[in-house]
Amino acid sequence: MMMVLPPSRVKYFAGVALVATALLVLPFALSAAGTAWVRITNLAILFVFLSLGLNIVVGYAGLLDLGYVAFYAVGAYVYALLASPHFGMHLPFWVILPIGATLAGFFGVLLGAPTLKLRGDYLAIVTLGFGEIVRIFLNNLSQPINITNGPQGLAQIDPVRIGGMSLGQNGTLFGLNFSGPMKYYYLLLLLLLLVIVVNLRLQNSRIGRAWEAIREDEMAARAIGINTTRLKLLAFAMGASFGGVAGGMFSAIQGFISPESFVLTESVMILSMVVLGGMGNIWGVIAGAVLLSFVPEMLRYTVVPMQMALFKRLLIEPEVIRMLLFGLALVLMMRFRPAGLWPLRARQREFDKAVGE
Amino acid sequence: MLAVVNLQVHYGGIAAVKGISFAIEKGETVAFVGANGAGKTSMLKALSRLLPVGTKGSIRLSGEEIIALPTHRLIHRGLALVPEGRGVFARLSVAENLAMGAYIRKDKQEIAGDLERVYALMPHLKARHRQLAGTLSGGEQQMLALGRALMGRPQLLLLDEPSMGLAPMMVHKVFETIRAVAAQQVTILLVEQNAKLALETASRGYVMESGRITLTDSSTNLLADPRVRQAYLGE
Repeated sequence: MMMVLPPSRVKYFAGVALVATALLVLPFALSAAGTAWVRITNLAILFVFLSLGLNIVVGYAGLLDLGYVAFYAVGAYVYALLASPHFGMHLPFWVILPIGATLAGFFGVLLGAPTLKLRGDYLAIVTLGFGEIVRIFLNNLSQPINITNGPQGLAQIDPVRIGGMSLGQNGTLFGLNFSGPMKYYYLLLLLLLLVIVVNLRLQNSRIGRAWEAIREDEMAARAIGINTTRLKLLAFAMGASFGGVAGGMFSAIQGFISPESFVLTESVMILSMVVLGGMGNIWGVIAGAVLLSFVPEMLRYTVVPMQMALFKRLLIEPEVIRMLLFGLALVLMMRFRPAGLWPLRARQREFDKAVGE
Repeated sequence: MLAVVNLQVHYGGIAAVKGISFAIEKGETVAFVGANGAGKTSMLKALSRLLPVGTKGSIRLSGEEIIALPTHRLIHRGLALVPEGRGVFARLSVAENLAMGAYIRKDKQEIAGDLERVYALMPHLKARHRQLAGTLSGGEQQMLALGRALMGRPQLLLLDEPSMGLAPMMVHKVFETIRAVAAQQVTILLVEQNAKLALETASRGYVMESGRITLTDSSTNLLADPRVRQAYLGE
């Protein structure tokens, strides 16, 4: 017997199939434009990871965290220390990633526990300090025992290996040529799918609803029986562990890390992605992360040649323009779309309706 | 139902509640009236365990000591608080707010029945069940907070200043609903600055002044008492 799907379902599955195909073919198209673009895409996916993790803390539970990059750093250093010549350890990635996620989660609790009673501005200041503390530790833990190798960072980090195939090198598979970044792309895509599913499940779960309640009114949340202490720690831990996984992948892809990669600007960047996209909405957050990852790169490839053509020399660094546009984008957004580019649609509709009445 | 003995609340060195004792029987509606700063809200916060330190004495709910329990455990014992300033979940819909009230419950069918009962008490909330709570009027938010507390099937309901910041007509409506809830055998402890309204709703009342209970009687007697009339009813 044939199953007949209602038209809406058919449309839905067709849409999913279309997006899936596009995502699978994307690296081939990007390779045509240059392998650099595949690398940029991989970094964009890592930022999507980070944004989704931070979204749990900021978007769901409403806890403003300005030191999120610390968990990214923890994940990255765990990977680098357990898979590089520094300690002579070369564990496989599927062992390290869970360790990194767990340790980052532990750091999340470490940050969450003393800040349980803080909200808003005060919480932001403490988390900001936490991020800096982690970075400064990484910078200085080269003495008396050399753990992090200080500002020089850690190099020659092992690439991910799956069944003897290194994702760091080019290779042929099924008669197709895959560059290293392309292989990473597929691994990242798989991990991303997992992260999105976890996020979606969380959003509609008892835990997700409890987080929302805490975000809206902590005292009322307690009054209806929500253990706010435990759930806030859980938000910090879960958000942090996503950051840890992203950090591990970052280490493997880059092959080199140093404390410089984990500065405050990165935390601000990730937070901007979450806010720009639409706090609390997974798809909005993904859109925000993709947008803010790609636009600066596109600028890099257009601003310099444009200035060279116009003035025969570089007047304004791409980095400066990036920050300028970045600020402008945030100001415009706050003016015209304060809930983000893509807020929760149901909420938005209700909001419009209520205002219109 | 509730037996409080020598309850004291301190903020640092300052005593807000200086050792009060009272008891509430099952099914009663009891009002606590008094001026600003008399210690009414501090007392309520102590009862709902929202003050982590500085609370002394004994609070027994159905015979069991609850003074060491964390706030989120109280609803399991049948005690629900409608906080001052309402505290609805602004960016959740009316229906979601009510559903959150049953957070600790697993009995889905019973919850659905209770939801219908709450909607029957507050029909205008049903009409707006998809609207965001933050976009409701103050009075409707107060009703929603009350309805949300009812969804936890409390035996004892603590109401903190339900008339605060509401238009006179809404105040009237909110208290009508409180009376309807009381009629369903829910025990209510009502803390309220609007002494007249509170005493007209409750069967008994306590008058608080600078952290102590200075007067207690039936509502009828309190409303007729010249001291109460002069101090709180504006005569």
